[in-house]
Amino acid sequence: MSAAETAVDEPALAVEGLYRAYGESWALRELGFGLDRGRTLSVVGANGAGKSTLLRILAGLLRPSEGAVRVLGSSLPHETWRLRGRVGYLGHEALLYRELSAAENLRFHARLFGLPGQGAGRIAELLAAVGLEHRADSRVGEMSAGMVQRLAICRAVLHEPELLLLDEPVAHLDPDAAATVAPLIGAREGRTRVIVTHDLASARAGADRVLALGRDGRLAYEGPASAFDERAADAVFSERARPAAAALDPEPSS
Amino acid sequence: MSRPPGIFAAARIVLLKDLRVELRTLESVPAMVLFATTIYVIFRFGLDRTTLDGGLAAGVLLVTVLFAALLAINRLFVAEREQGGFEAIRLAPIDGTALFLAKAAALITYLTALEIVAIPIFGLFFLDDWGGIPPLIPVLILLNAGFAITGALISVIATNSRARDLLAPLILLPLLVPLMIAAAGAAQGLLAAGGPDYADFTQWLVVLGLYDLVFLLIGYAVFDFLLED
Repeated sequence: MSAAETAVDEPALAVEGLYRAYGESWALRELGFGLDRGRTLSVVGANGAGKSTLLRILAGLLRPSEGAVRVLGSSLPHETWRLRGRVGYLGHEALLYRELSAAENLRFHARLFGLPGQGAGRIAELLAAVGLEHRADSRVGEMSAGMVQRLAICRAVLHEPELLLLDEPVAHLDPDAAATVAPLIGAREGRTRVIVTHDLASARAGADRVLALGRDGRLAYEGPASAFDERAADAVFSERARPAAAALDPEPSS
Repeated sequence: MSRPPGIFAAARIVLLKDLRVELRTLESVPAMVLFATTIYVIFRFGLDRTTLDGGLAAGVLLVTVLFAALLAINRLFVAEREQGGFEAIRLAPIDGTALFLAKAAALITYLTALEIVAIPIFGLFFLDDWGGIPPLIPVLILLNAGFAITGALISVIATNSRARDLLAPLILLPLLVPLMIAAAGAAQGLLAAGGPDYADFTQWLVVLGLYDLVFLLIGYAVFDFLLED
């Protein structure tokens, strides 16, 4: 069986015993979960629980300190190169150059991803979809935060990735704009999504599964979205939950 | 069907982006030119001499280019660091080494632009005989390549450090000593009083070329790893 065939048979995400430390404190501890291809996982948790760290690890942008992480059949961090071009990532930074226009930024990314015709048709389609076609020649540095967020979403989905990693995708967006971008980042066949959100209602509504991180970076809940009810959410976000990331202790055990 | 660009095509894409940004912001080249001109003016009045030749002329010319290059090297990865370019490159289906090649090529372009302006100014201030300038071109080409290759490599190491403005020159300058010795060795004969002297010229060019080649290979081998967190 070829490596490619093996990869297709595997779940989109398989995480086991994941730890990540920043200096003296743990951001993630003992994390384990999986996600089948084509499914959507919502990641919720209090501020500082490690949601963005998890997303960056899944994107191959951050090394795990310990643990086994397989994304789209590639073992991270050793096979990160196999993930390149297959993941759409929207983090807290837009990954757009302020001095370039909206169209120039998307063209730059389209060229890097080798889209046919430098992605001209796809760029026009995306800009129209998010209502920025009239700002195609405006520099990103001259745009509002909401416009930049919409453009960043275009950038993330430009190459139609197999795995979409979205960190609060509708932050900075008013309800109308959020509705505008929804079709671009919505569920579709063959697309696996991991969405970090603070909105518990949308976490439940738009996902197949929910993963909740406690304040200490441990798994607080992982299961079907339909079972993530108010009581489970309260347990995650309540002040009675575990204290914030503690000083580096001896774990993980070697 | 998408077809990811090869390493040189990807480097060209990043280089064109960098040049476009530089043309719009004019953050590097004008500062380098202004800096070099100011240094020549200071030397002109500090040394109180209207002509220079030999080793002193080579030293004034090349050290000024070196310090002007440091200005650009310090800014080389600012956009990548502040605007997420590193992450964009790492998410794209390209070899990260393309970024190294693109940044080195951008630095060579900036240095060439600097020298097109700064060397005539140097000549006006300090040279009676301009006969040494044309044969200086291959020396400057190899010197620029050395600055660019080593500068791109060290700049990416320093860029994620809090003390990056200090760290880059501190690591870079000792590494550039052999390059400067070779360039000065080649240039001092060319700028000698009474016209160019080509003794040892080829030998110094070979040293410059070898320096460039060694650091190009080192950069090619390690740059992709340096992009990781």
